[in-house]
Amino acid sequence: MLSLIETWIDIILNISIVLFLLVGTFFILSSSIGIIRFPDVYTRLHAATKAPTLGIASILVGAFIFLYGTKGIISGKLLLAIMFVFLTSPVGGHMLSRAAHRVGVKPVLKHQHDAYEEALKKRNVHRDNE
Amino acid sequence: MNNILLFTETMIDVAVQISFIGIAISIVLLLYRIISGPSNPDRAVALDALGINLMAIAGITSILVVTSKLNDVILLIGILLFIGTVALSKYMEKGVIIDRDMD
Repeated sequence: MLSLIETWIDIILNISIVLFLLVGTFFILSSSIGIIRFPDVYTRLHAATKAPTLGIASILVGAFIFLYGTKGIISGKLLLAIMFVFLTSPVGGHMLSRAAHRVGVKPVLKHQHDAYEEALKKRNVHRDNE
Repeated sequence: MNNILLFTETMIDVAVQISFIGIAISIVLLLYRIISGPSNPDRAVALDALGINLMAIAGITSILVVTSKLNDVILLIGILLFIGTVALSKYMEKGVIIDRDMD
């Protein structure tokens, strides 16, 4: 009876590993297609910083469950890697977008206006008056 | 019951192969964007995503060869990726990486 329960637990762990791996691959592949297809640096940053975070978290959770199921290891480094990517991917995206705006890449705008450039102009006028 | 267990273990192997193929296709698409990006920030964005794909490759490899020695590699790739992205963006923005004005 106990071995039956252990077998069922192994089956459920294996199925969850398969689901995590496939979901992570789907999100990483779709983000790469987005980097190819979007027209602009700023829209490409949407594809490059949001979806791969979920994809890498899913794949690393799959590896964590696999190591726990086969070797009995609870690997804290994988959870730390997930937390690290979760914290540093938005920071890197923010710095890249600001660098792109300072270099002079113009955004493709259809219905909005460039709010960051207007804010920079307003701040510079304010500094000049002082 | 053991048949179902063996079937799910085979399913893990098939899923690992599918994940390798998908991430390889993703790396090829990103290499296209890195080579023929219209501007330099495009190349930096694609390099950032390429590092994430390398982390995924290392994670799937640790499932393929059943080992736990690749966890350090995954964490180290993540840290070096963040440092590289910050250095590239600061270099493109100002021309220097380490400076003293707190802007």
